Amino acid sequence: MTDLNKAMVETYRNDFLKEVEANVEEGNWVKMCMQCGVCSGSCPFGPDWEHPPQEIFAMIRAGKRDEVLKSESMWMCTSCYNCIVRCPRELPITHIMHGLANYAHRLGIAPKMNPTRRFAKIFWDNIAKSGRVNELELSIRLYFMNGFMKGIKTGLEMLPVGLGMLKTKRLNPFGLFAHGGIKRKGELHKMLKKAYEIEDKRKGFAK
Amino acid sequence: MARKEYSFYPGCSSERKASASNYMVSVESMCKTLDVKLNEIPDWNCCGASIGYAEGGELPRHIMNARNIAISEKENPGQDIVATCAACWLGTKETQERITHSGELLADVNEILKEAGLKYEGKQPVRHMVEVLIEDLGYDELAKPVKKPLEGIKIAGYVGCQTNRPFGVLGESFENPKYLDKLTETMGATALDKYEEKVTCCGGALAFSEPDKSYVQIKKIIESAYDHGADMIVTPCPVCQMNVEVYQGQINKKFGTKFNIPVMYYSQLMTVAYGGSAKEAGLDGNIIRATKLEEIAAKK
Repeated sequence: MTDLNKAMVETYRNDFLKEVEANVEEGNWVKMCMQCGVCSGSCPFGPDWEHPPQEIFAMIRAGKRDEVLKSESMWMCTSCYNCIVRCPRELPITHIMHGLANYAHRLGIAPKMNPTRRFAKIFWDNIAKSGRVNELELSIRLYFMNGFMKGIKTGLEMLPVGLGMLKTKRLNPFGLFAHGGIKRKGELHKMLKKAYEIEDKRKGFAK
Repeated sequence: MARKEYSFYPGCSSERKASASNYMVSVESMCKTLDVKLNEIPDWNCCGASIGYAEGGELPRHIMNARNIAISEKENPGQDIVATCAACWLGTKETQERITHSGELLADVNEILKEAGLKYEGKQPVRHMVEVLIEDLGYDELAKPVKKPLEGIKIAGYVGCQTNRPFGVLGESFENPKYLDKLTETMGATALDKYEEKVTCCGGALAFSEPDKSYVQIKKIIESAYDHGADMIVTPCPVCQMNVEVYQGQINKKFGTKFNIPVMYYSQLMTVAYGGSAKEAGLDGNIIRATKLEEIAAKK
């Protein structure tokens, strides 16, 4: 268990709902769920969720902290926003799922090998560095995240896709060396650093 | 002076040699015909896209968008912000909405922007290019420059998720938005208005991390287009375009299908209908070529 996770367990004891309300994006909406299940039925990856959103809301209120935060479920969200527009109580469900995933990731207890968690981290590091997406670097890092041999295998499988993109000039073959990004990178880095500092303080993450 | 002028947020995929560079080419041609001027936001950065939340949390994610908005307000004052990418539009609009509803977030954002000598005011509406087309110009104006009506081309209008939910286009329903069909009809094509999968999710960013689950979604989207006799699929979103076009080979291998259907942007259709060349419409940027559009573009 990470130190941060331990500290949060100490602080909130058995009140997981209170913890979610305080630390998870849009978490104060959780208690409004009336368990109709429209969100779960509307989700494009619904059958792939171990616990669909409706269940996640019930589990939060039942104090099932580990089962929720260590779940692969929230990482199935494709950000299609079906659940948001269909929820009769207008809960911002997509954002709550993102918030739960982010919180679990921040505490260091999200499933280590979940591909979307790993891809999302690669993606953010990619944009935070230069300010803009470097698509070639992003794909290569993704394909090789499970090791060199697996990377070669995935790369070969995806080769026709990559060649198609190259041929139509929709991929920069020199992207690893010649990606520009924004001009004022230093300014962005400074701003992001400060944003993390303030967020950590507000959410009790700061030491 | 141009008829309309906007502060333009093109987004990462629209860059040269990026996945939606052909979208950009066609948008430029379309706007030239419509006499719409796009003033690029200087030194814009990524919006954080739909999976930025995992590592970016709330404030860092909102800062990415707030920086763009603040630069826009400073450099392109008095203009609406316009994005061509669905995710850029959504991310920027969402950040603006959150800041509008939270004094604390506004204070935090401005405290951080000070590092770069910027200030957030949130006075510029954030809009998608299709909103500009149908709200500021209107279907009648869009029809005027049509030189080569796209007669006989049957189109499955695939709206997808992020231009449609959670914000959507004013006056349109989330379950059955009609604007894309109206737009293609305005260009003289036949819109397949019974196409069932027009708002089905393609998997979005998860096409990278959960390809097998996404392929099931993409397969549905394409199958329904074939069922209705579509010649091509048309979309307003760069992620939808890429996912539905480039993985057709992988899906054929996995499911034994024989998919080979072009997936185009509305702006490519419009450029061709306005008499633009294949190059001006970015048709050479599609992996699965839209031969019917190319034929019309080649006609004198």
